[in-house]
Amino acid sequence: MNRILSALVAGLIFGLGIAISGMGNPAKVLNFFDPLGTWDPSLAFVMGGALITAAFGYRLLFGARSAPLLDTKFHLPTSKVIDTKLIGGSALFGVGWGISGFCPGGAIPALGFAPWPTALFLISMGAGILLARRLQALPRRQTA
Amino acid sequence: MITDFTPYASLFGGILIGLGAVILMAFNGRIAGMTAMLGGVLEPKNPDSPWRLAFLLGAIAAPFIATQFGAEFSFASPTTGVVLAIGGIIVGVGVTYGSGCTSGHGVCGLARLSPRSLVATLTFMATTFATVTLIRHGFGG
Repeated sequence: MNRILSALVAGLIFGLGIAISGMGNPAKVLNFFDPLGTWDPSLAFVMGGALITAAFGYRLLFGARSAPLLDTKFHLPTSKVIDTKLIGGSALFGVGWGISGFCPGGAIPALGFAPWPTALFLISMGAGILLARRLQALPRRQTA
Repeated sequence: MITDFTPYASLFGGILIGLGAVILMAFNGRIAGMTAMLGGVLEPKNPDSPWRLAFLLGAIAAPFIATQFGAEFSFASPTTGVVLAIGGIIVGVGVTYGSGCTSGHGVCGLARLSPRSLVATLTFMATTFATVTLIRHGFGG
């Protein structure tokens, strides 16, 4: 129960941050990537603020504690593999982000203040996630 | 479509995003990656689903509550309809194969100095830039 409550609080702060920062506004996000046109460099301040806060916070946290307050260990990704799956998937994500102006972290909070067309994006994105999971679950050709 | 340059609001919002990520790590020991969060919701039997759902609900509720108290967040979507849906499907496939998005790789991963996240972030920033440039300025620039 406490874990659910702390996740809720973290989500509230995260979502408010997205809304205030402009990260949930597709027009603003797309303008960051258009220095040749209607450039809006605000996104650099969002990423900078988030990154510096998270980097310092994580450093303090990992230095002070060996486990989180409500669990027995920190669940950190262990994979170190840099492969075509990581690069291809990320490249594809960028194409979709460039088309729509929505990333998952921006779209979820945007649902709270601009339900349409955010819902259309999120439903399509959910379909994309399920499609990719289905594809990943298919039996692989044996290469060995 | 011109949008206002908002360095202070964006920096403040960014700090809140980072703070949310730190709180989730401090209490739950988890990365605040939206991709993983959504994945958890798509598998209701996963034991991580309840807290992931709570995070998502909080993220939607905060801006909604703020607007009820008179806050206004600027919003404009240059794309809608079929194009937006295609963009959404591509994002969904991409973040699943790439194991993360702007929050997971771009904020939490980079904050942990993860080489995987650095490669992922540089890759999607580059293809986003290329896509926007191509759509808005065509092949000739």
